[in-house]
Amino acid sequence: MLYREAGQFKTSYVADSAIFPLRQDRIGIGLIILAAYALAFIGNSFLLQAVMIPFLVFSLASIGLNILTGYTGLLSLGTGAFMGVGAYACYKLMTAFPEVNVIVWIFVSGFFSAAIGALFGLPSLRIKGFYLAVATLAAQFFLQWCFIRIPWLVNYNVSGALDAPLRTLFGIPIVGATATPQTRYLVVLTIVILLTWLASNLVHGRIGRMWIAIRDMDLAAELMGIRPLQTKLLAFAVSSYYCGVAGALLVFLWYGGAEYDVFNINQSFFILFMVIIGGLGSLIGSFFGAALIFILPIVLGIVLPAILSPFGISVGADVIEHLRFMIVGALIIFFLIVEPHGLARLWQIGKQKLLVWPFPY
Amino acid sequence: MSFRKFGLGLAVATLLAGTALPALAQDSVYVPLFTYRTGPFAGSGTPIADGMHDYLRMLNERDGGIGGVKLVLEECETGYDTKKGVECYESVKGKNPVIVNPWSTGITLPLIPRASVDKIPILSMAYGLSASARGDIFPWVFNPPATYWDGMSMIVKYIGEKEGGLEKLKGKKIGFLHLDAAFGKEPIPLLQEMAKDIGFEVALYPVAAQDMQNQSSQWLSVRRDRPDYMIMWGWGSMNGAAVKEAVRSGYPMDKFYSIWWPGEDDARAGGAGAKGFKMLNWHAVGANFPAIQDIQKHVVDKGLSKAPKDKVGELLYNRGIYNSLLIAEGIATAQKITGKKVVTGEDVRRGMENIKLDPARLKALGLEGFTDQLVLSCSDHNGHRAAFMQEWDGTKWVKISNPIEPMTDRVRGQLEAAAKDYAEKNAGWPKRTEACDKAS
Repeated sequence: MLYREAGQFKTSYVADSAIFPLRQDRIGIGLIILAAYALAFIGNSFLLQAVMIPFLVFSLASIGLNILTGYTGLLSLGTGAFMGVGAYACYKLMTAFPEVNVIVWIFVSGFFSAAIGALFGLPSLRIKGFYLAVATLAAQFFLQWCFIRIPWLVNYNVSGALDAPLRTLFGIPIVGATATPQTRYLVVLTIVILLTWLASNLVHGRIGRMWIAIRDMDLAAELMGIRPLQTKLLAFAVSSYYCGVAGALLVFLWYGGAEYDVFNINQSFFILFMVIIGGLGSLIGSFFGAALIFILPIVLGIVLPAILSPFGISVGADVIEHLRFMIVGALIIFFLIVEPHGLARLWQIGKQKLLVWPFPY
Repeated sequence: MSFRKFGLGLAVATLLAGTALPALAQDSVYVPLFTYRTGPFAGSGTPIADGMHDYLRMLNERDGGIGGVKLVLEECETGYDTKKGVECYESVKGKNPVIVNPWSTGITLPLIPRASVDKIPILSMAYGLSASARGDIFPWVFNPPATYWDGMSMIVKYIGEKEGGLEKLKGKKIGFLHLDAAFGKEPIPLLQEMAKDIGFEVALYPVAAQDMQNQSSQWLSVRRDRPDYMIMWGWGSMNGAAVKEAVRSGYPMDKFYSIWWPGEDDARAGGAGAKGFKMLNWHAVGANFPAIQDIQKHVVDKGLSKAPKDKVGELLYNRGIYNSLLIAEGIATAQKITGKKVVTGEDVRRGMENIKLDPARLKALGLEGFTDQLVLSCSDHNGHRAAFMQEWDGTKWVKISNPIEPMTDRVRGQLEAAAKDYAEKNAGWPKRTEACDKAS
């Protein structure tokens, strides 16, 4: 009824290949963006700092991995390390050139990550699937080793940790301890929206179709004139760029300081789960996945005691933690059984049903 | 799947998420405890969490809190994970905590710059950033009773005394088995400096975090190098694994020394062969103190604790008690200085700076002889207290030395350089604006 495409005519190729061909979708996305910005002014600091900022950061990293694994079909376990490269690069750049705005360095640090990613993507030309996963695992361990071993990366800091010096944008602190969650959130949100918009243009255009062709059948793609070397390396570079920016955001706009251990193998798996649960080859799935894997445990941590306490059951923080693990684990299995294509597929089915609602014939 | 059911479930979930958190009473002091009873470090974390909780709970049960004000205790599970620790911090921040104790160096680091902004003091007891011992640069961070540099100098001093003087260490070889992270690497510069001055040789054996439970390659190297002494800087499952490997490779246990983190369970891992293993410690082991007896009576016997009865008084349980003793003293001192009953984070920061745990005060608290005295000040947030050596006799820890004073002259240089370095690197690191209290 409300969600109908009847009467919306496309009169040009451009209109036909638009990312949101439906007017309702355009209005919807506009409303979501508006709501996201409004949240900065109505949300409390816990919601912004502990829920929304990490959610956006993980969404961005998931988009990065999704480009590689979902769109190009190359499995990677080095996401955590590529995020680390972005974070360390950003730290070096912003301490070496403090006069340049930190936003610039956050975007530039992604290129360092992209270069490292492309380097470790070279084996992908020869090997596929699990074997490639092992090769990227090597990247994970090697880069992590570098983070510990090369004191130059942390400016010979005795604690071996990254810290966030004060940096401002238009005179308002955005990095460092005095930056409020509100400003941090606005910066992260803007960066994530920009990069998501860029990603959606990439994957829906020529480059995205090349990636998808390589994913679906690389031999056929090669015969059609797609060069696997450039295409695969480009996927690695773009994917690592996103991960690198996400890593820089993670350290400087969320944690405000971190040890090398933040970028360990668990981080890589964490992002990979988000991509698989959210839906391989879907941008909105990256957001869904990040929400399910990251926000759901937080919600459970708040909701579970509230459910249990009226029954006179008071449980400790550790029991809640175990319950969180069990419930999230069970939900992951549940979703994978009912919808192996991830949450994004559920969303798609929902939209299709809505198109014909309320007369599904 | 059925979309109606899915939607219904979603609606119920959102509804439940909206239920508000219980409000806090006004005449109470909120003390969040960051603990980790889950994850790979739970073995060390659980007894500490029990000790921390039980001591403060005992004050609530026995005295009705501190100075007549009830403590609202809340545990937040971090799993020793920085991500969750930061989430914990954000979730407790709004409830006006008077102090936080992160119990992980990884969580402490992101919180250090926030402390002065949020006005919440941080107690990182003998871990965290060693440089934060400098109160003039880090007014909101406290890391008593000693830094890792102090600890290293004490171990070397003790070994030197056993040899008959520090200069007798010349030509000896000391092995350093450490966790390959900031925590384990911190004392290396000091050790190397001492090696150069005194003339002993240092062999480093780093253990990566993912290989903590598999140290066979390190111990193979130890067997080849035959160091005269071994010093260990480990945490969690690394300690137990190291003791086990040392026993297996036949390293003489009486020459194996550790910093203050192994517990009974770690030493037990080595079986009978672990006898002779030594570690630094700064507080008593055992339940033979009036205050701990009170914990038994008011908390454990009433089923208010998660600790099994026989774990009360074990090393890491008492470590937790010591941590809570500092929290309680910080609050009590803050009440004394300000005259207020319900104190805030700012008051407790002042309270921590004026902590004076002398033998008389310890006796009054029912912890006579539990630990050495500790006096903090405006400039000294650490105390640099002496620790003693204790030895594993196969079933329990036995104190074998008098308090060993740290080699202050050596440690100070490291400390000042590191603190200055931190403040310099963090351009715009705020100058201390908090006024100092006169020592009373």
